[in-house]
Amino acid sequence: MIEAGHFAAFLALILSFFQAGQGLMGQRRAAGLSAIVAFGAMTFSFVTLIVAFATSDFSVQLVAANSHTLKPFVYKIAGTWGNHEGSMALWCLVGIGFGAVAAKLLATGRPTFEARALGVQGLLNGGALLYLLLASSPFTRLDPAPLQGAGLNPLLQDPALAAHPPMLYLGYVGYSFVFALAAAGLIEGRIDRVWARTARLWALAAFVPLTLGIALGSYWAYYELGWGGWWFWDPVENASLMPWLIGAALLHSVIVTEKRGSFGVWTALLAVLAFCFSMLGAFLVRSGVLTSVHAFAVDPLRGSLLLAGLLVFGGAALILFALRAGKLEAGPNWTTGSREGALMGNNLVLIVATATVLLGTLFPLIAEAAGQTMSVGEPYFNLTFTPIMSLALIALPIVQAWSWGKAALSSLWKWGAAFAGIVAVFWLAGIGPFDIPLLAGIGLAIAVWLIAGAAMEIWRRAKTARRLGKMPARVWGMTLAHAGLGFFVLGAVLETSGRAHTTIALQEGQATSVAGWQLTLDDVESIEGPNWYAERATLTARRGGTVAELQPHKRFYPAAQMPTTETAIHKTGLADLYVALGDGRRNTQGETRWTFEVFLNPFIDLIYLGTILIGLGAFLSMFGRKTKVKEAEA
Amino acid sequence: MRARSKRLWGVAIAGVLLVSAVTLSAVALKQHADLFYTPQLLAEQGQPEAGKRVRIGGWVQIDSIEYGEGADMIFLIEDGSGQTLEVSYTGVVPDLFREGEGVVATGRFDETGAFTAENILAKHDENYQPRELKNARQATS
Repeated sequence: MIEAGHFAAFLALILSFFQAGQGLMGQRRAAGLSAIVAFGAMTFSFVTLIVAFATSDFSVQLVAANSHTLKPFVYKIAGTWGNHEGSMALWCLVGIGFGAVAAKLLATGRPTFEARALGVQGLLNGGALLYLLLASSPFTRLDPAPLQGAGLNPLLQDPALAAHPPMLYLGYVGYSFVFALAAAGLIEGRIDRVWARTARLWALAAFVPLTLGIALGSYWAYYELGWGGWWFWDPVENASLMPWLIGAALLHSVIVTEKRGSFGVWTALLAVLAFCFSMLGAFLVRSGVLTSVHAFAVDPLRGSLLLAGLLVFGGAALILFALRAGKLEAGPNWTTGSREGALMGNNLVLIVATATVLLGTLFPLIAEAAGQTMSVGEPYFNLTFTPIMSLALIALPIVQAWSWGKAALSSLWKWGAAFAGIVAVFWLAGIGPFDIPLLAGIGLAIAVWLIAGAAMEIWRRAKTARRLGKMPARVWGMTLAHAGLGFFVLGAVLETSGRAHTTIALQEGQATSVAGWQLTLDDVESIEGPNWYAERATLTARRGGTVAELQPHKRFYPAAQMPTTETAIHKTGLADLYVALGDGRRNTQGETRWTFEVFLNPFIDLIYLGTILIGLGAFLSMFGRKTKVKEAEA
Repeated sequence: MRARSKRLWGVAIAGVLLVSAVTLSAVALKQHADLFYTPQLLAEQGQPEAGKRVRIGGWVQIDSIEYGEGADMIFLIEDGSGQTLEVSYTGVVPDLFREGEGVVATGRFDETGAFTAENILAKHDENYQPRELKNARQATS
């Protein structure tokens, strides 16, 4: 069975290179057809892997190394992509999938351009498949087959983390087709409005799952790691944030190219960069060059092959870019105080913000080369990323009202006064009954500013309630995404500035009070799950008339010889009461005190609500009327 | 001419933004890059500035863990060189924090030279250990 899958992957490899050859020669039909057949072959190949995992076929090396008969069925399946080789197979499947969907859906009226885009996609997929088959084959047999597998990393046996990689990969690899479109446009020397209309849709198709994938990963880290936080500025997290930021910049710049025909060069560069950052992320995560808190199978040799892939594809695209950038048409003139200027400002901030994240992420490597071992943590990012992004967020509601070409800037001072007013309100509130530090006050003001700004913008465009209902989907999408950004900032600021954290140690029957809650440790007992056993604490939490039972536990997975923390979270609507069980400490009298990390995380749900709204907004803006392009198109 | 002067405004704003971002990053890196030490390096280079966040790596010395009040604890980090460092910590330790196992403690020295950890990192699973430790072990063995 697995041999058939192996063969199918080879078939997909050959078809991908055939697709590349035909496509680059301009054969739209042949390239499209091979993209679709390749997708069939790769799907079959991936299904054989899933079947091997589902049936615990330990004669397959990958299954033996990463699965176990006692594992719950859903995690057997999710285990397929919970390891290096399987996740690379998923990467190939998604890339080929994007090619096949594009082969079906692309209808720009430019068959040669489409053929070339499919051709470049074929090259990217072929490269990924070569890497899969030669350097990380999931199809290797094991002889003799062991009777039992080694088990999946228990941290990954979790619903959010089962869904996280496929989502993330739809985003990462989705940018490969955006890259292909840019390369094809550059080959043709036409990065114009028709090109941008298509590229925008595909950029959105990658951005939506990337957004949700990052949110899933962050939510998982929040409740599974037991550290009470949702973002740690860890290299693995930064690796996913950087393509997201570039992707966000691309979504804004491609609008200018679509509506005005300007920024073509810049948009093409961003389209290339988005996928380069995806590949850089894969390299950083898998090569083990950086210390991460997240467990990952790392392998320096495979890492350097990924780096080589990044250099080859990224380098080729940049050379192509350098050759063609001068020949691309510039659009109509614009001034700084126009929508073009505003979106250019957005891009500038997002790029600078990405650069600060990149610098912070890579700095330990640079320092190591100079003989120093160091790490860069949260304080660095709070001092650089946060203020830079804040600038863009303050500007957003103001500049989104600017018109194309040249805007009237006479009301600029009114906007400035309005924002200063909101800051002042929060600042005064901070002096008064609520204890709000100045920085948090500014953060809250930005959040309110964004949400109110989104509401005002849609009203400005509609003017009447009747026309509000007829607003195009993409205007609603934009509004929703910008409001989502506001909710995200609101949650992030409230959670970060209002979080309470204490470590407590209790014997059975003892009680203590934490952040307004009375916590009693009722008992600690041993329980058993399908493939783990655990110590489970039962705590009763009381506040006013509210009584909640919390059962944090600490699991031990014998197959992997590894413990995990299962936190208990009580949601009160406004805040999460979050308890993680620590170690039991025996004193000289033979009594055991159990340690707990207790967090009160106010409004943390707003962070995820905001992120989902951003994703939903981006999704909505894929629909609606197509922008009409008037120029005669050959 | 007017359009051009307006475009210049844009370039000026971009320039100011870039210069401030670079300055900000440089300052932030200077202040907030956490240097890594092993007990041996501490003995050689002297103690880092009090109040500055640093990371200390090594192995938890056998029989060195002592529990105090509440969730307080003290343990020694050794690195095979004979040098050790005493670490005070209040909090839950990671699942794989054990005597004889690798550990990286992030924290600060105070004026008296005592080190208090804010965060303890142990390896995640049987096959993984912090990268700094791999280098440290190579250096000492």
